[in-house]
Amino acid sequence: MGMTMTEKILARAGGGNPVKPGDLVVVEIDAAVFIDNTFFPIYWHEILKVEDPDKIIVVFDHRVPAPDRQAAAAQVVGRNFVKKFGIKRFHDVGRDVGISHVVVADRGYALPGTVLVCADSHTCSGGAFNCAARGVGAPDMIYAATKGKTWFRVGETVRYDVTGKLGAGVTTKDVFLFIANTFGDHANQNVEIGGPGLKHLSINARRTIATMGAEISADFTIFEADDLVIDYVKKRNPKPFEAQYPDEDAVYKARRRIALDEIEPLVALPDAVLNNSVPVKKVAGEKIDQAFIGSCANGTLDDFAIAARVLSGRRVADGVRLIVTPGSQEVYREAVRAGYVQTLVDAGAIVTNATCGACGGGHLGVLGPGEVCITASTRNFKGRMGDPSARIFMASPATVAASAISGAIAHPGEYTREALV
Amino acid sequence: MSANVISGRVWKFGDNINTDLMLPGHVHMATEAEQARAVFQANRPGWVDEMKPGDFIIGGKNYGTGSSRPAARSLRNIGIACLIADSINSLMYRNCVNFGLLAIECPGVSTLFGEEGQIAEVSLEDFTIQNKTTGKALKAQPVPANMLTLMCGGGIYPVLEQEGLIAPKPKTEKPAKVSTGHT
Repeated sequence: MGMTMTEKILARAGGGNPVKPGDLVVVEIDAAVFIDNTFFPIYWHEILKVEDPDKIIVVFDHRVPAPDRQAAAAQVVGRNFVKKFGIKRFHDVGRDVGISHVVVADRGYALPGTVLVCADSHTCSGGAFNCAARGVGAPDMIYAATKGKTWFRVGETVRYDVTGKLGAGVTTKDVFLFIANTFGDHANQNVEIGGPGLKHLSINARRTIATMGAEISADFTIFEADDLVIDYVKKRNPKPFEAQYPDEDAVYKARRRIALDEIEPLVALPDAVLNNSVPVKKVAGEKIDQAFIGSCANGTLDDFAIAARVLSGRRVADGVRLIVTPGSQEVYREAVRAGYVQTLVDAGAIVTNATCGACGGGHLGVLGPGEVCITASTRNFKGRMGDPSARIFMASPATVAASAISGAIAHPGEYTREALV
Repeated sequence: MSANVISGRVWKFGDNINTDLMLPGHVHMATEAEQARAVFQANRPGWVDEMKPGDFIIGGKNYGTGSSRPAARSLRNIGIACLIADSINSLMYRNCVNFGLLAIECPGVSTLFGEEGQIAEVSLEDFTIQNKTTGKALKAQPVPANMLTLMCGGGIYPVLEQEGLIAPKPKTEKPAKVSTGHT
């Protein structure tokens, strides 16, 4: 019986024997990414031995620079851990910091064909690089660091083949919302993405979809590796790798085609991502207090470019806060060089340092009672970004930028007729 | 009742119950006690006072979707003896293993229990789930033996401690002060 990409990566990391849905597999990890949250006393257990310090990466991302004493104390614990075990891949607050999944992309840490874990649900972001990357619990991270291994239940795989090209004003965030709205959850299943439409999607565009895999509850969301991915990773990481492709007779739970040309801008309504989206026009005119563009899903340079394109020469509506947070300081620097930051701040946006920030309601844009927000980030759960009475709509950076200008939810087509991706 | 049979009063929750409902962001870095107080605060205020240790949660499909935050630990800390759902999100499931919360997947369980307050009985040998109130029963997916040991034995940390890989947690932790609204 043939294997899917996920199955082949897990089989390889598990020692070579074939795996199939239903199996419980123990696998070697290639990378374990520790984030600042893991070092908070509520989560941290002091590690006495590590299996291989070179498998460990430490990135401070959720609460940087430390907004309070607790976060500052956690970072001290993290720095001591790095020092104690001589961890080389350390991204402290400064030049090389960012949201862990974005730093992983910037540095090519997610190697095709390997396994990467991190105690954050959006770790599946690394799937854009043909890496079996996924979020695990903080205890799994401590297990991975001390043993160099972790375990997975192997789920069935759903295959998506993308065709065609996205139309004007449409981004891969809309593609994701289309999948979440049409097919619902993929709990305990893997998602595999390939097809001729991939060649029209940049790595950042693919990363938005891979990152959002967590929001359809997929175990892994893995893209086929093309030359673009292979060259990208090789340029950034000298370690050898072997991308995995599905067997011709791979067995899928379902095989679906997504025609990119047919996707339109969508908005997820408050409180849930699954089966909860409508075309932008249906909610256009809904007044907003805050607009946010950022997170591991939408804090890429492409997202800055899209927002700048929509906001160029325009102003954020009075009474609306537009907060834009780059995914990493590297993205920030490139966005400054490209002039996007100038365009955004001229329009009235607040551009923050790279961090998870408002996405998780941690800092830099927490919502108050009864407020309405439209966000290009990962999640619109009740209470996610602040007060539980706040209403969070979720959409693409183009739709969020258009809404910030209008002061109410607006279709990006009102401000741009161009293809954005 | 044999030691391998447990029973409890059920509380019902629906499909796609997310981690942020069980462990909201504003207590993400607070003490375990504060996190326990906040379980289902947004969608079912006051529930933590109504439920009693030993009660069960019956969930719909994809229970525990969302983040890697340890919602399972909060459920364990408030005394939930067993979580049974039509399906459990894999990240939630692994945190049930990690933190020692008995978690069982049983397609159809959400309809087996029509009402809250009914009594569930679970066999940890053949994984039969019975509604003692109606007499109806279903067979759940057996929990693999090694997972069951961890779920019922306090999770992964005691194992790592025993192997000398991590230091034991100090027993008397001072509750961390929570700065207002910023955690």
